[in-house]
Amino acid sequence: MQIDLKTINIKPLRQTFDHLAARFGDKPASRYQEGTYDLQQTYLFHYRPTWDPDREVFDERRTALRMRDWYELKDPRQFYYGTYTITRAKQQDTADGAFEFAVDGGLIEALPKAARSLVLEVLLPIRHLEWGANMNNTFISAYGYGTAIEAACMYAAMDRLGIAQQVTRIGLAVGGEEALTVAKDAWLAGAQWQPMRKLVEDTFVLKDWFELFVAQNLVLDALVYEFLYTHVDALAAASGSSFFGLVTKFMKDWHLETSRWVDAVVKAAVVESAENKALVSGWVSKHSAPSVAAVEALAGPVFGTGATAVVDALQRKLAGRLTMVGV
Amino acid sequence: MSSVFIAFQATEESRPIVEAILADNPSAVTVENPGMVKINAESSLTIKRRSVEERLGRRFDLQEIHLHLITISGHLDEDDEQLTLAWKN
Amino acid sequence: MDMKTEKKLSLKERYRHLTRGLGWDTTYQPMKDVFPFDTYEGITIHDWDKWEDPFRLTMDAYWKYQAEKERKLYAILDAFNQSHGHLNVTDARYLSAIKLFFSAIPLLEYMAHRGFSIAGRQFRGVGPRVACQMQSLDEIRHAQTQIHTASNYNKYYNGMHAFVHQMPRMWYMSVPKSFFDDAITAGPFEWMIAIGFSFEYVLTNLLFVPFMSGAAFNGDLGTMTFGFSAQSDEARHMTLGLECIKFMLEQDPANLPIVQKWIDKWTWRGSRVLALVAMMMDYMLPKRVMSWKEAWEIYFEQNGGALFKDLERYGIKVPDCAAQATEEKEHISHQLFAALYQWNFGTSLHTWIPNPDELDWLSAKYPNTFDRYYRPRWELWADMAEQGKRHLNVGLAQLCQVCQYPMIFTEPGNPSKLCHRELDYKGEKYHFCSDHCQHIFENEAEKYVQAWLPMPQLFQGTCGGGSVEGWMKWVNLVPGVDNMDFEGSQDQKNFALWKGMASSNG
Repeated sequence: MQIDLKTINIKPLRQTFDHLAARFGDKPASRYQEGTYDLQQTYLFHYRPTWDPDREVFDERRTALRMRDWYELKDPRQFYYGTYTITRAKQQDTADGAFEFAVDGGLIEALPKAARSLVLEVLLPIRHLEWGANMNNTFISAYGYGTAIEAACMYAAMDRLGIAQQVTRIGLAVGGEEALTVAKDAWLAGAQWQPMRKLVEDTFVLKDWFELFVAQNLVLDALVYEFLYTHVDALAAASGSSFFGLVTKFMKDWHLETSRWVDAVVKAAVVESAENKALVSGWVSKHSAPSVAAVEALAGPVFGTGATAVVDALQRKLAGRLTMVGV
Repeated sequence: MSSVFIAFQATEESRPIVEAILADNPSAVTVENPGMVKINAESSLTIKRRSVEERLGRRFDLQEIHLHLITISGHLDEDDEQLTLAWKN
Repeated sequence: MDMKTEKKLSLKERYRHLTRGLGWDTTYQPMKDVFPFDTYEGITIHDWDKWEDPFRLTMDAYWKYQAEKERKLYAILDAFNQSHGHLNVTDARYLSAIKLFFSAIPLLEYMAHRGFSIAGRQFRGVGPRVACQMQSLDEIRHAQTQIHTASNYNKYYNGMHAFVHQMPRMWYMSVPKSFFDDAITAGPFEWMIAIGFSFEYVLTNLLFVPFMSGAAFNGDLGTMTFGFSAQSDEARHMTLGLECIKFMLEQDPANLPIVQKWIDKWTWRGSRVLALVAMMMDYMLPKRVMSWKEAWEIYFEQNGGALFKDLERYGIKVPDCAAQATEEKEHISHQLFAALYQWNFGTSLHTWIPNPDELDWLSAKYPNTFDRYYRPRWELWADMAEQGKRHLNVGLAQLCQVCQYPMIFTEPGNPSKLCHRELDYKGEKYHFCSDHCQHIFENEAEKYVQAWLPMPQLFQGTCGGGSVEGWMKWVNLVPGVDNMDFEGSQDQKNFALWKGMASSNG
């Protein structure tokens, strides 16, 4: 099978598929466009779901949000499967290198007691929080409307699993299997973790997938990621070890990248109509208070008297972000 | 006994894996198809990491077969050192 | 990540910590509210922890290996596109095969993606959820890589431009569409038996291996590359499907009759859908790899036979329909291509009469049936075409209520008689192509009465007004361009012209 590089000039009959030409004109579409727009059927389904007999397989009514075009919720990163996996593979490779460096460099043995506690008691139980985020983003991929939002949420769901697995490995390296058991006990019964666990379990029974998107990917993540990877990170560094920052760089970078997507989606939803804006604002209000309280419960034992300042900073950061997206 | 099979893309990179399988599984035979190498074996077939490594000349992680695999037949069991396909009848 | 502490843990133990160790039984919200859909089908699971993870892939390894596959695939696709690799195809009639493939499969892969997202959220066990999520991700990979491969073909050849519009509207697309709609509207356990087991394990090799080998044989590097790259994902899917059925059967003996019924239903529905592949293999590949009969014998009778023998220990029986599906291996490809030939005005791909060499190949591969039942018809139609009386069946076919094929299949044991069953249900008459489709209807009548059947809908005027011309506009089929004979088609002319250009100066 040989490929001859022929330099013939053939004129294409058409530049793209009809559905893309209808949206963008008769010009070549990008791979993101080809792999996203209008793949989810909308026109008819042969049977009603036995798991939701009053609705269709894919149904706009599964959220109170209203969009004329659900593809306005497109991804500014333009992730399709290829670019998504290649990007993550590179990031993971860097993370693996950093981890190996930390392990081989004796950073674990050299961990000051304070930093070690932060890793085992504050970071490690997060593996369960990440698992909750995986469940929630999978929910949106299952029941969301339009390929643009649901596919990106499936990528996000797998990201959360990847992060949960990284946190688990960090825990195993620092404290072995026993550390995982202790962290899980804390998640299940430790006083400071219960507001968070309750909040997460409450998200598991939300029925409106866009509300869930706002609650998890915007509000909760904004607070938790800032808490962990800015404030706790700084505390760990202050104790004299670069370990925490080194092994969590992936999470920091990931959050920055993902926030671009989350913000673009929320912005597009809010800009669409006054009703959407009111709806999203309502959801933000509803979920902010318990999320802040849950983070506050974690901040207390970690920061002591400094906790209030940390929580204030988190709220200000979230407020700034909300203003930017138009909520 | 029912036979099992495994099929790989016919590339340079899959060659050492195929060779290792043929060496370690006496009943294994190859069937050529365009673009792929299919290996049939009676009742079970095992891929040994070390066996592939010897032929490859570098460290080999069994999960690398995902890059070359096309399809399989039989129950799969894997651990760090080997991967086995078998029917339990 | 090679870590000193981790090395003490085996692959299985490590994987447990990295997956099922992440989950917990909820207490602030009851588990039945967090997982509301994994009991209503009547499947009983006592211990989700007994689930054995197939292929223990963690996300770091997933990203690494999948990224590597993607890099390779797109490098080849780009080279293929840049060099007009489509001109290396053996014979432009082959394009009908890829039109069928690329018009149908990507959107079905997409349905599979959504179905696995649902299962990936709704199963109570962490292990199965992780495996289903990975499959969901793989399926959108397949949908997108197929569309990316098709993209270049669409620029130069006809029949594929409206695939999104046509999936819910084109009459023969309702065959595979109704299959996936049926599966996704079922619960997560039936979904796993329908798609994870029946489609991805029992039948997948029949779709992919011969067809991708066919692509290789016919100079279609693009499709072959996609196909083999996707197949490695399929190996993981197969192990998931097999694990699922084992798990269900081992958890409670009461699950057996439910699972058996699903296997019976989905093996039949699946083998009906595969008639499209059978036709493609026997008629649309100018360079043929093997006959459908041969593929069925290897991948269903032998391979499937080994599988069902293995499952005997649980009490699973070979599905009742296997006998008829096996008898039909010598008939369905001929019956279906004849159907598309006669209704070619309404298809978004070209057809043709096989040439004498091809008729001889078919005779050799089908010694029991071809010369007796099918060659005479092809030869008659060839004569008619030569006399300017190309046969077209301008009537509209009656469809089977379940599989939605036109009634073109014949009675078991009598290939000269069309098989037609009918049933009165709540004051309406329903029609079926076979006993098996009728049984499927009888088991879930309230589901199948909902189906949207293209031909009756056309008569009711919902598809562009009731005329064939109106229907063509409604379905975005361009007459004289997308449909009818390969001979004289724009695709034929262009391919010859361009290929000529590529090998000469001037």
